[in-house]
Amino acid sequence: MSNTNILPKTGMGRFLKRLNDSKYLLIMILPMLTFFILFNYLPMYGIIIAFKQYSPFKGFFDSPWVGFKHFQTFFAYQHAWRLIRNTFLLSFYSLIWGFPAPIIFALILNEVKNERGKKLVQTVTYMPHFISTVVVVSMITMFLSPSTGIVNKLVEALGYKKINFMINPGWFRPIYIASGIWQGVGWGSIIYLAALSNIDPTLYASAMIDGANKLQRIIHISIPCIAPTIITLLILRTGNLMSVGFEKAFLLQGTATYETSDVIQTFVYRQGMRAGNMSYATAIGLFNSVINLCFLVSANYISRRVNETSLW
Amino acid sequence: MEKKKISIWTVLKVVFLTFMVLITLYPFIFMVSASLSDKLSVMRNEIILWPKGLNFEAYKFVFRDRRIFRAYENTIIYVVLGTAISMTVTTLGAYGLSKKNRLVFFKFFNLLIVITMFFGGGMIPKYLVVKELKLLDTIWAVVLPSAISAWNVIVMRTFFMEFPEEIEQSGFIDGLNDLGVLYYLVLPTSGAILATMSLFNAVGYWNSFMEPFLYLQDQKKLPLQVILRSIVIQGSSLENQYVSVDTPVVEESLKYATIIVSVIPIMTIYPFTQKYFMKGVMVGSLKG
Repeated sequence: MSNTNILPKTGMGRFLKRLNDSKYLLIMILPMLTFFILFNYLPMYGIIIAFKQYSPFKGFFDSPWVGFKHFQTFFAYQHAWRLIRNTFLLSFYSLIWGFPAPIIFALILNEVKNERGKKLVQTVTYMPHFISTVVVVSMITMFLSPSTGIVNKLVEALGYKKINFMINPGWFRPIYIASGIWQGVGWGSIIYLAALSNIDPTLYASAMIDGANKLQRIIHISIPCIAPTIITLLILRTGNLMSVGFEKAFLLQGTATYETSDVIQTFVYRQGMRAGNMSYATAIGLFNSVINLCFLVSANYISRRVNETSLW
Repeated sequence: MEKKKISIWTVLKVVFLTFMVLITLYPFIFMVSASLSDKLSVMRNEIILWPKGLNFEAYKFVFRDRRIFRAYENTIIYVVLGTAISMTVTTLGAYGLSKKNRLVFFKFFNLLIVITMFFGGGMIPKYLVVKELKLLDTIWAVVLPSAISAWNVIVMRTFFMEFPEEIEQSGFIDGLNDLGVLYYLVLPTSGAILATMSLFNAVGYWNSFMEPFLYLQDQKKLPLQVILRSIVIQGSSLENQYVSVDTPVVEESLKYATIIVSVIPIMTIYPFTQKYFMKGVMVGSLKG
């Protein structure tokens, strides 16, 4: 720091000076970069096996190239369309039903004047967010069990026949989506509550003088004020329309429900880890991530044109 | 107009919020009650809210089960080790990246990290990398691959950018380097973000299912989530126990007890850190 007044003349000298100034910073980011390279960039490089016939004995480099063979195999697969449809519909319906839920919850919670009550509701509704997917699916399995589940007890009490939820393809999506909302509504509301708390209170005061009732105040002040937040999150969600995580679908599905429950990621798992078709599975995974990327880029593009809100 | 009179609004609001609280809590209350009730009441489906024939037999069975006990130990090891590694590397990295004017190749490093939020290698290439690194079937396969996330780095970096530059400069004048400034000046004022990130990391490791499921073969190394799946979702019985006509508990109670035992640590910790994570989440969401 003491020799900052002696500016090096050449570009090279200036660069060395900057390098010297940031040497500790470089040391600090080095471990993090190592992690990103090992567990993010090496796997990205490993994608090349999607275009090879990978064999564990020959390894990454010596396995023969096969071009787009695995992609062709996938599109010729009789259930390829089913996988794509299931993946898309599962996240599309989750978006339709799940996206408004935290907004509505936040709008109502924001109207609560009693701070302690508000805090209590918040603490309780955040809880499911911290519960693991395995626990949530365990609870679902137990509650919906045809022999002992409490839900079927209710179904029977209402005079209907017991329903075997877990092996009925028609129930997979409602179960997946409803439990998703149960788990995420409280946590999802945090960001909207933050946006709501930033609204200038004088706006509400003047609306009251003009005779606006509560509902009118919500529609004409609260919602427009949090619209940018809503749009940003909506872009993110539409950008993820083809990415259904592996865990929950895998844990919740059974062979009997594949008609609606088999998604790309669970198929990738079965092909790659069970059947040992590593290259084929990688190709399908790559197909999925490329579509995701396209969705995200176009969602962002549209939003930039329409609303001047964008992620980058 | 809206004075002491209870409006329909207030009623709707209270009904709605009470419903939200009940629907969140009821499944847990039910599970606790079912795990504490006697065999007959559970078999007759008599449990609705409170336990009937209160007893702790189910929990005795669960704690005597070697498989669950070992899984519990494993999970604790993974959580502690994982959170420690994750916090150290993320904190150092995020602080380095927060000095955007001073760090050479800042834009390049930043891009390197942001890309990983939108694109990845996928399940199979990642598995092969873990395998090539000879990590399969070791603790490190559970701990390392998920230790660093771009999202956490960016949230923390945003937080560190707020740190006043004058204080940092005064640290340099006192002869500290960047590491010293971080340790002596920045970290002591970063309690909220450190608590939030640690909580998120710890919960992440506690709940992680996919990594151990894909990367571990050895039954003795499996964490709680994988064991929970095989006991409750797949319906394999508890070890060394023959839940028969003579045993004092039914399988349902055992399963509920297993679930409760696996969520208790998280449910007791998170409310205490709530005031921190609210702050932490704001930092991340508003500026991210």
